[in-house]
Amino acid sequence: MTIMKKLLTSAVASAMMVGGAQAEISNNTVKIGYLADMSGTYRDLAGPNGLSALEMAVADFGGTVKGAKIEIVTADDRNSPDVASSTVRRWLENDNVDMVAGLVASSVTIAATKVIEENNKLGLVNGSAASSITNEHCTPNHIHYTYDTYPLSVGTPTAIVKEGGKSWYILTADYAFGHSLESDVTRMVESNGGEIVDSIRHPFPTPDFSSFILQAQASGADVVALANAGADTTNAITTASEFGLTQSGQTLAALLLFLTDVHALGAETAQGIQLTTGWYWDKDKEARAWSDRFMKETGVRPTMVHAGIYSSTIQYLNAIEATGSDDSQTVRKQMMDTPINDMFTKNGRIREDGRMVHDMYLAQVKTPEESNSEWDLYKILRTIPADEAFRPLSDSKCKLVSSN
Amino acid sequence: MSMIFGVPMAVLSGQLLIGIINGAFYALLSLGLAIIFGLLKIINFAHGAMYMLGAMATVIMFDALDVNYWVALFLAPVLVGIVGVFVEYFLLRRIAGQDHIYSLLLTFGVALIMQGVLTNIYGVSGLRYAMPDMFKGGVNLGFMFMPYYRAWVIVAALLVCFGTWFMVEKTKLGAYLRAGTEDSQLMQGFGINVPLLVSLTYGFGVMLAAFAGVLAAPIYSVTPVMGSHILIVVFAVVVIGGMGSIGGAIITGILMGVVEGLTKTFYPPASSAVIFLVMVIVLMIRPHGLFGKES
Repeated sequence: MTIMKKLLTSAVASAMMVGGAQAEISNNTVKIGYLADMSGTYRDLAGPNGLSALEMAVADFGGTVKGAKIEIVTADDRNSPDVASSTVRRWLENDNVDMVAGLVASSVTIAATKVIEENNKLGLVNGSAASSITNEHCTPNHIHYTYDTYPLSVGTPTAIVKEGGKSWYILTADYAFGHSLESDVTRMVESNGGEIVDSIRHPFPTPDFSSFILQAQASGADVVALANAGADTTNAITTASEFGLTQSGQTLAALLLFLTDVHALGAETAQGIQLTTGWYWDKDKEARAWSDRFMKETGVRPTMVHAGIYSSTIQYLNAIEATGSDDSQTVRKQMMDTPINDMFTKNGRIREDGRMVHDMYLAQVKTPEESNSEWDLYKILRTIPADEAFRPLSDSKCKLVSSN
Repeated sequence: MSMIFGVPMAVLSGQLLIGIINGAFYALLSLGLAIIFGLLKIINFAHGAMYMLGAMATVIMFDALDVNYWVALFLAPVLVGIVGVFVEYFLLRRIAGQDHIYSLLLTFGVALIMQGVLTNIYGVSGLRYAMPDMFKGGVNLGFMFMPYYRAWVIVAALLVCFGTWFMVEKTKLGAYLRAGTEDSQLMQGFGINVPLLVSLTYGFGVMLAAFAGVLAAPIYSVTPVMGSHILIVVFAVVVIGGMGSIGGAIITGILMGVVEGLTKTFYPPASSAVIFLVMVIVLMIRPHGLFGKES
């Protein structure tokens, strides 16, 4: 009898706890943990300025949501999955963090989202590129927002193959992101009638690309594609131009370039390069207005990641405002039910696999003559509609997709 | 076309040449480390940061004052050398004679501070530095396209390496240096200012790093973190060559550039690890390094 009673009370108690979590904000505080590379290769594309974007979103809410205080904690993941999982574990288990924002290197994100899933909290992924994050690595506890390798492979490679670049040689950063990008690009090039001649997996990071560029030149491929990011990409582009890669008739394709990379290379070196991006600061009036605010805070123009961090945080806080709860599943469902219309995108929506699908853009770096100012760097060649840009759910390996 | 292990001969020759060019950088950097360790017994973890300072100074002086490449090639190492003398005089001198670990930690701290401050100011995306006009373009060697600048890197690095080796091993100044660090009291007695000699030696060692930094500015992306990537590799080179062996550092530097270059051809994913593999093997067979003397 006593056992029965105990069981009953604990069942009632746990039912109340679940019910309670859905109806209110835990600790009367919404605590956001910002995890990003704050000092290494990926610092500029997210880093401290991403934190500023997050703070701008919180400031828009006046620092509170539904009467609960919004707090931000921050950590440098140093691009290490180990550092990331131990930090996130501490945040979620001891420090009552409700949502993890930032999330840059794909390997870091895959490690961190596992911990977030174990603790049933929420992660809003903005910096990472690997499309596997909402495919084989999908969880009910994260949303991948800004872009991924799938649209990167749809945008630039398709355009280049159509212009006649049939044989491809890929230089791949040897970790989760590079592998993911390489496989997405391979599929896209082959389905458009091109072929992959060979690929090289280079260590991350690589300071000197001359050896790899030389091998790419010797391959005789029409296109040399860079499936890497950040300083690796800018280093490879500089070395390619030094070794006269494009003068000898090969096309150089950078599959992932951020505004900060192009800014570092300068219009002189980078002119004419085609790239795929999820957002551009000068794409419309709303984007420009927000970018002006961002520039006042930081002194630079925002990358697509900065814009994604701001936009996704606003969506997150809106969902808490609407439901009055910071429970991860309640918030995630509310976010999925609400179309996104803001400075980031129009009619964006979050799918069941956690992928936020929205229009992407094929852009080209302006020539120094076309560029009116330091940050006036892209012209948009084509809008890639959301349905074409992202992996269709019918191809998904995600366990959350109902057909699987 | 003739093939070696499935790689065309032409590609292989190109990779050997690239290996020598990268080796020239390793040689310059490890030479400075070897001098500082060999003569002063300081494990200089700030060496990568000094290399970075050389490159950053080149870009910043160009942007702010229009200082051209040739002036920078001289001026940047001198400025960094002065920074080095300050570090030696105000910091390292206070822990002279202590265990090696103290100099390692101190210089590591100095490196982190320099890197952190500059990262806050300049970010990590890299600063632009245009190739000097006279080095634009290159020559087709048949098996590869050789940019003029890379050829210049080999010439400049080898000249400086040889000059340094000659000065330390073959001149009177070098003899004073070696003697001064061996028995400083005796040398003081001969009227030689040993503390000054120590400061200048440290300054000279980091000048070599800064010189490598200037050479790197037009071809690598110049960022505050560029030194931290290369530092550990260069330490491995010095260990393989034998801590403190000056000739050993030069030869091993070039050799490791070639080994790394060949790995990039045959199995690229291992290219960042191969030097450490060589280090382990060398330490197992010859614990004092390839060219080190048993002490």
